Amino acid sequence: MYDVAVIGAGVVGSLIARELCRYRLRVVMLEKADDVAMGTSKANSAIVHAGFDAPVGSNKALFNVRGNQLMEETAAQLEVPFKRNGSLVLAFGPEDEAQLKELLERGIQNGVPGLKILTGGEVRELEPAVSEKVTAALLAPTGGIVCPYELTIAACGNAMDNGAALKTGFEVKKADQSGEGWQLTAASGETVAARFVVNAAGLFSDQVAALFGDDDIHVSPRQGEYMLLDKTQGKTVSRTLFQTPSAMGKGILVTPTVDGNLLLGPTSVDVDSKEDLSTTKDGLDTVAAMAAKSVPSVSLRSVITSFTGLRACSDIHDFILRPSKKSPHVLQLSGIESPGLSAAPALAKEAVRLLGEMGCPLEDNPNFDPHRAHPPKFAALNNEERAALIAKDPRYGRIVCRCETVTEGEIVQAIHRNPPARSLDAVKRRTRTGMGRCQGGFCTPVAVELLARELGIPPEEVTKAGGASRLLTGKTKSTGGKLDGTA
Amino acid sequence: MEQLDLVIIGGGPAGLAAAVSAWDNGVRSMVILDREAKLGGILEQCIHNGFGIHRFGEELTGPEYAARYIAEAEKRGIPYRLNSMVLDLKTDPATGLKQVTAVSSSDGLMEFSAKAVVLAMGCRERSRGALNIPGTRPAGIYTAGAAQKFVNIKGYMPGTRVVILGSGDIGLIMARRMTLEGAKVEAVCELMPYSGGLNRNIVQCLEDFNIPLKLSHTITAIHGRERVTGVTIAQVDDARRPIPGTEQEIACDTVLLSCGLIPENELSLSANIPLDPVTGGAVTDQYRQTAVPGVFACGNVLHVHDLVDFVSEESALAGKSAADYLQGRLPDGGTLDIKGAGGVRYVVPQKLRLPASEDLRLYFRVGAIYDKVTLTLSCGEKALAVKKRPKVVPGEMETFIVKKETLGNLSGSLTLTLSQEGGIA
Amino acid sequence: MTRKLTCIVCPMGCPLTVELEGKKVLSVAGNTCPRGEKYAVSEYTAPTRVLTTTVRVAGGTEPLVSVKTTAAIPKELLFEAMEVLNSLTVKAPVALGDILAENLCGTGVSVAAGKSVASQK
Repeated sequence: MYDVAVIGAGVVGSLIARELCRYRLRVVMLEKADDVAMGTSKANSAIVHAGFDAPVGSNKALFNVRGNQLMEETAAQLEVPFKRNGSLVLAFGPEDEAQLKELLERGIQNGVPGLKILTGGEVRELEPAVSEKVTAALLAPTGGIVCPYELTIAACGNAMDNGAALKTGFEVKKADQSGEGWQLTAASGETVAARFVVNAAGLFSDQVAALFGDDDIHVSPRQGEYMLLDKTQGKTVSRTLFQTPSAMGKGILVTPTVDGNLLLGPTSVDVDSKEDLSTTKDGLDTVAAMAAKSVPSVSLRSVITSFTGLRACSDIHDFILRPSKKSPHVLQLSGIESPGLSAAPALAKEAVRLLGEMGCPLEDNPNFDPHRAHPPKFAALNNEERAALIAKDPRYGRIVCRCETVTEGEIVQAIHRNPPARSLDAVKRRTRTGMGRCQGGFCTPVAVELLARELGIPPEEVTKAGGASRLLTGKTKSTGGKLDGTA
Repeated sequence: MEQLDLVIIGGGPAGLAAAVSAWDNGVRSMVILDREAKLGGILEQCIHNGFGIHRFGEELTGPEYAARYIAEAEKRGIPYRLNSMVLDLKTDPATGLKQVTAVSSSDGLMEFSAKAVVLAMGCRERSRGALNIPGTRPAGIYTAGAAQKFVNIKGYMPGTRVVILGSGDIGLIMARRMTLEGAKVEAVCELMPYSGGLNRNIVQCLEDFNIPLKLSHTITAIHGRERVTGVTIAQVDDARRPIPGTEQEIACDTVLLSCGLIPENELSLSANIPLDPVTGGAVTDQYRQTAVPGVFACGNVLHVHDLVDFVSEESALAGKSAADYLQGRLPDGGTLDIKGAGGVRYVVPQKLRLPASEDLRLYFRVGAIYDKVTLTLSCGEKALAVKKRPKVVPGEMETFIVKKETLGNLSGSLTLTLSQEGGIA
Repeated sequence: MTRKLTCIVCPMGCPLTVELEGKKVLSVAGNTCPRGEKYAVSEYTAPTRVLTTTVRVAGGTEPLVSVKTTAAIPKELLFEAMEVLNSLTVKAPVALGDILAENLCGTGVSVAAGKSVASQK
């Protein structure tokens, strides 16, 4: 019997689980995928918004601004790179400039510090790559960047290190009231019992809410396509560049990532499927054209990958964060679309506060350690540190991914550390193996071998991302063999 | 910090040939650094036949070709370190010495200070992301080279029903290899109206097995959530845009990509070595010396070759040049630019170091198929050499040799121009 | 019957035109050298190919050794030869040039190791 079951190990669910570990509570995270951060948390703009965009008085505004403030401490404790690189909303003429003034006003009311409108010349002084056609911009110095899946992995890992359990492959299909709590049944038949339940199921939070009788929560997926550029382009701009929202949409952003790449996107298209992560030619063409509007010199020859993310949009266009209207001991979180990543640390705190109000005993856990050391990152070390690391463990001397300088030691760590990596993509998200310019061309065979060795399974059973995503279809020479036979 | 005359980065065909040649020209204080567990580079996984026709006058497999050069290196006792990845290359502006930082499990962090460096890191394959192929991102999408490593070295099949995008040689070779190992190759799609592969590979890897080669076709979408379930292919127009209405679905579980090779020049960039935007390799003179004195480049890190025989030839030149540099024998009369024009996409070398005391051998590639062409190397208004060719194709590197006698008293720059009667189509 | 094929002997890739009567080659045109004619005749009378593949190694530092037929074998025997070689496992060590199989599919052609594989320590 757990005290709290958190359904969904995205950035919100993982941070809630971690927050719950501050108290004497037995916590379990139930995740339907094979790894954490597999939904919206995996593929988004990786932006910590300043908070000037959301309507005054909305949950979005409140938790965005608070989350932005909390992100610094959260990232520091979890040793996740977070950078306040600042953001600029670019205006391309008088109409846009009027919008900037509105954003400025709203931002001030939302409590965003340091906002300022710059002239086109001032913008280009800060960011020389910005288009000559930009006439003004709103500067938000508190805007930042963070890696969303790294934050999720670290939060989940820290929760686990503090005693929380993680069950992957656990898709909650049924919820039955039992005693003062709930029995949750997975698609596989496995059950988990918990006194309190937190629904942080993201795109699927409406379906999970319905299991508890809350059928007034609706989530519709909205696709966003992105392109990621090589690190050689990472210094094209240093701030996050937004375009002024217009009737044509919110525009395309151009931003450096904390890993030093350049990210362009997203498109914004309402779709039916919550699982369709395919990119389209039209979408990618749009991203390319719109990004060039902000930064004409953007080098599309340097695209190393493209991907699609799905936002979990609520029909009320705001974050939903409230106890279930129909079931006791159930907290519903839904509609955590942008700025959900920015808001996540604040949403986690608020979720725990609400659980307290709902009767969950919040007794301090004196053993809670908010700190999670980042596993050694060879590429980021200096040569003395590298030498010392290899002397301790020679596996750090074997470079597996040459583009991102990732060692065997880091991959082995990722497979065994909380939350454990069980697939090629899981290793990739933890170590950046295969995330560089060759996109796994050279390191995939080696990474597969390491996964097989460390997991004690044959290479044919290694998957890209769990389930049926096996990388290999069998051995060569399937016609069998005999030892030392002659032809 | 180990002090050496020469560090060779890469122990594939380029690095080996450079090492042997440097040794034979008097260099003794040297080391080859290679990231793999064996010397030989990518040849190790290229188990097909056809290497060495020019160099050895016989057809060898990749491992056989590599073994010959490895034997030459071993015979001379040329030192090498395996499993050693070079992380950084820097030049000390005060001394001109090159600092090479490498790492391995057994030796830990290694630092070398060298008077000269030969870059021989090879190339990588263009990835799905770089090609911007729309669709899902399931398991089953590999570069042809990654598939080749799985099949030929590890003994695993990356798939059973395959569509190959790109008709580069590795893709063609893998079409045959996968077929022989029991997979079904449904089609090879080539964006261009011609194949970038060698004729012999089209015949022996595709036609022998009735594998369709779909010219002017591309993959417009990849399908499948966990594993590839199929692709949509479409015909493309002259501007290489998919033609609506020509889409066709092909069921498959694997997509192999053979869409070109990119020289791996991240180290060169870290050493501030200027690159040629067309070749993706360093700008060099005829000695294969880059703009940084004492740093040489050869093989596929300089420009992508079709035949390893020419890699060996070029690398032997680079190795000899490094030896000459160490002994102060390279000429120092400034350089002239060499450019391509007309249908000539690039020329290697891009610089002529003066005074030119030997015949100049230019390598170049064209941007399209041309019949009955005239090639002219000119300096300003003056034509230095003119040659006719019955046919030039983009898939094959061409050579153009200029006698040293014509290379005296030059100024300005040199241009290699391709022309056809009645202008270039 | 007239057949067209591209000569693969050298990079020239001459377009050859072959006049056939059944399996008999009457004439070859389009070639710029005698090797082209020889190639065309062989392609239409008895096409042969060198087969390269791998053979399993037991107790070696690597699981496979690359191999090739020491001469070209009839094209139609390629898959049969693959089956034979797929069923073969050799013991390490293997040295480059070692003959690992003889008289492959009755062709009289041997199969040689294309590289060396040491024994596992």
